[in-house]
Amino acid sequence: MSYINKPKVAHPSLPTNDLGMTRRQYEGSMSTLCAGCGHDSVTAAVVEACWGLSMQPEQLVKLSGIGCSSKTTAYFVSGSHGFNAVHGRMPSIASGANAANRGLTYVGVSGDGDSLSIGIGQLVHVIRRNVNMLYLIENNGVYGLTKGQFSASADIGTKAKRGEVNSSPPIDPVLLALTLGATFVARSFSGDKAQLVPLIQAGLRHNGFALIDVLSPCVTFNDHEGSTKSYTFTREHYHAAVEADFVPRQQEIAVDYPAGESIPVNLHDGSRVVLRKLDPTYDPTDRAAAYHYIETKLKQNEYVTGLIHIDESAATEFHTVNRTAAAPLNSIPYEKLSPGRAALDKLMGRYR
Amino acid sequence: MPSLIAGAGKVNDFVVKFANVNGTGSASANSLLMKAIFRMGVPVTGKNYFPSNIQGLPTWYEIRVTRDAYAARATTVDIMVAMNAETYSKDVRELSSGGYLIYDSTWPRSSLLQRGDITVIPVPLAKLVNENFDGVRNRILLKNIAYAGVLAALIDVDLEVINTLLGESYGKKPKLLESNTRALRLGYDYVKEHLPSPLPLRVEHMDKTRGHIMIDGNTAAGLGCVYAGATVGAWYPITPSTSLMDAFKGFCERYRVDADTGERNFAILQAEDELAAVGMVLGASWNGARAFTPTSGPGISLMNEFVGLAYYAEVPCVIFDVQRVGPSTGMPTRTQQSDILLCAYASHGDTRHVLLFPANPEECFYMAVQAFDIAERLQTPVFVLSDLDIGMNDWMCPDLKWDDAYRPDRGKMLSAEELKSLEKFYRYVDRDDDAIPYRTLPGTSPKGAYFTRGSGHNQYGAYTEDSTEYQLVLDRLKRKFAGAPKYLPKPVSSATSGNEVGIVSVGSCDGAIREALDVLGRQKIPVDYLRVRAFPFNNDVEAFLKAHSTIFVVEQNRDAQLKSLLTLETAVEKSKLHSILSYSGLPMSAQPIVDGIRAKLEEAPRLSAVPRK
Repeated sequence: MSYINKPKVAHPSLPTNDLGMTRRQYEGSMSTLCAGCGHDSVTAAVVEACWGLSMQPEQLVKLSGIGCSSKTTAYFVSGSHGFNAVHGRMPSIASGANAANRGLTYVGVSGDGDSLSIGIGQLVHVIRRNVNMLYLIENNGVYGLTKGQFSASADIGTKAKRGEVNSSPPIDPVLLALTLGATFVARSFSGDKAQLVPLIQAGLRHNGFALIDVLSPCVTFNDHEGSTKSYTFTREHYHAAVEADFVPRQQEIAVDYPAGESIPVNLHDGSRVVLRKLDPTYDPTDRAAAYHYIETKLKQNEYVTGLIHIDESAATEFHTVNRTAAAPLNSIPYEKLSPGRAALDKLMGRYR
Repeated sequence: MPSLIAGAGKVNDFVVKFANVNGTGSASANSLLMKAIFRMGVPVTGKNYFPSNIQGLPTWYEIRVTRDAYAARATTVDIMVAMNAETYSKDVRELSSGGYLIYDSTWPRSSLLQRGDITVIPVPLAKLVNENFDGVRNRILLKNIAYAGVLAALIDVDLEVINTLLGESYGKKPKLLESNTRALRLGYDYVKEHLPSPLPLRVEHMDKTRGHIMIDGNTAAGLGCVYAGATVGAWYPITPSTSLMDAFKGFCERYRVDADTGERNFAILQAEDELAAVGMVLGASWNGARAFTPTSGPGISLMNEFVGLAYYAEVPCVIFDVQRVGPSTGMPTRTQQSDILLCAYASHGDTRHVLLFPANPEECFYMAVQAFDIAERLQTPVFVLSDLDIGMNDWMCPDLKWDDAYRPDRGKMLSAEELKSLEKFYRYVDRDDDAIPYRTLPGTSPKGAYFTRGSGHNQYGAYTEDSTEYQLVLDRLKRKFAGAPKYLPKPVSSATSGNEVGIVSVGSCDGAIREALDVLGRQKIPVDYLRVRAFPFNNDVEAFLKAHSTIFVVEQNRDAQLKSLLTLETAVEKSKLHSILSYSGLPMSAQPIVDGIRAKLEEAPRLSAVPRK
């Protein structure tokens, strides 16, 4: 992501990752979003996360639906293929793409309108199917491109820019995902890069569907007094209960965590997440407890952030259940796919 | 008892119809008989008229014994096996004059005997079965096998052949084999002891089914997908397409599972709806797998949005539309060809799509394979428009053949190596001047990366709202479509006689038309015939339309959709085209075609098929 066109030449002192690539090489085309849009910060966090993981750009696949949020896949990792689907239907494209090639890393970027209204059916089912992907919801409570209508995530009592008060209850993607048995559920804030980057890295490396609901304020239509999705409100009411440190593969855990407050979780590819409990009563590995905790806090007008729930042991990932071949389906030579003439000749006997 | 009726009768040329209640297991008895006749070397067709219901509603099965191997539905019923009390009166009425009515005389029904022009054959089936078998469900199922035995005796089906078939079905279940064989024998022996047999309508051994199979179109299409190398199938259950995915799954479990590891070289996704099903196909195809979805009309309606994206962003996509009766939910278990226009122009904006029209299960197999080649060659959605009659009924077809030299045509797909030699890759540039651009797969190389979008894009793949850039892409898509016919199956045409009168038709009307042509031929009315097999139309279609002054367009819908498409997409003069339409939901038969053509020609005698000089 960038706000301005930058020169192609990179300064030799720019830090490089294990692939010898700079952060700039993980950027995409210039953002066309409003200055100050939370989504641009999320894009920056994705760039940072991919750079930090030393991801081969072509190994990443970017998917999105329609809306401001869905535009952002063009703004990061230009060396990756991207698919901007129709409104609310990105999960089906992701499911099919992932079925065809399980070897790539999939990131879907969506918004609250794309995911919680027109696309809620597909979101629900991609969670149920447990497709191995990271699904980011850039949540701002409004429709931006059509100029500020409430979305399904708008809180009761929140005020629109022109003063209208929302009276319909919100759909909380975190509670929804927990209900559906998602194995990686997080909430964060576009303005908290320190929290968001390791969450994105862990989500990309999680074996299964990883949802991160990112509160990402809309500076143009929903950042005023009375809005519950403004920068000010978010800073006051969004608090981490559990932080996640991402430890890449083959790297030692360097920090000395106090016993009882940290939970190391091994991810599928050998990397790890260390969960730091800021609230000692919280247990992110217990789904039912997590649900209860989030809901209780919501009633107190508190939005819990962090890696809310993780279950790396579940064997429900789509290809695991399907027993798909380890090699990507799109790479299997035709000779192995066709039963051939002799088999067909033999099969004909069944129909006589 | 020997036959009392003199004369040869209708050997190997008659129709038996079974009236039943659905969910009672009658299907297996009906197909047992049909297969036995087929094994005797006698051509047969089977048509199943079933309700959209699981149990308890009327259902009919029709076996046409046809020595001339006609594939169409016959409009006569020579033998009615009336097993459903609820439909007795209707079934009796439907029986052709001189026909035979077989009914279960356990409960005498004097009202049945009111027609003087038919022969009633009472068989106390329930009584026979109840005396010999226990268990309610068992008795219901075996009563069907018992009437198969009755029929076998009456129409002289070779008992040995039936016993062989039962052995093949129940070879591993000796108890079932014993009860089925005994039930068959009950019916058979009852006839032999109490009734004159065989009837003048009977089956005699022939040698006209060698090298043929009995198969339904959905099974054949599912098998075609396996041979095409499809690895991803996505679907939402909908009648009458469901058995296509069932077949694909069954064949994959047989041919695509590693014997050692149990690993599967396929993935089937049962989607939450058709919107998702086609999205999955797009995602998988975009990512380099051959992917498809089977559906029917209501599913196509839901898929429209994604189909437009696939057309505009040039994503290959194979959709099987096993057409059923519309509009709306319509009659889900009846057949029609009423999605032709829906598919041809699916989605908003300027869109046009490639359609393939199989006429029988054999073509379902080959066209399934072709559909993937065409979709990838042209990078566009391809619809295979089958219908319920083709998809769910058993048709006699030549053995399916395979050439091991076949390799999929993946179209213009650049490898990492090929990308290296390019200065820069642009997704939608017409490099070869054939209107078909090059594509790359995710995971290939950063150099091949591009952004797929349904929003306005220029030939470089970048977002645009510039009119000139937008039009450049849209005009190329039009040229691509115009160039499509050379990749599509050619029409089948019999335009050699130089007649001024011709038939143009599509898909499953074929059997009825061939039969009608024979009838008309015997009446000295020769008519040419062209069967369209793909859209956009080939030049041969244009030439046929030009060469004939009176053209009958035969199709199975109310609104003459093929005729509309011909009018829109060829230079044909509209007044030359005359519709013969069948949209009752029953498969097409020859009679309305013969009648329609005769009526028109008599109304305008100057047209009456005098061969041109």
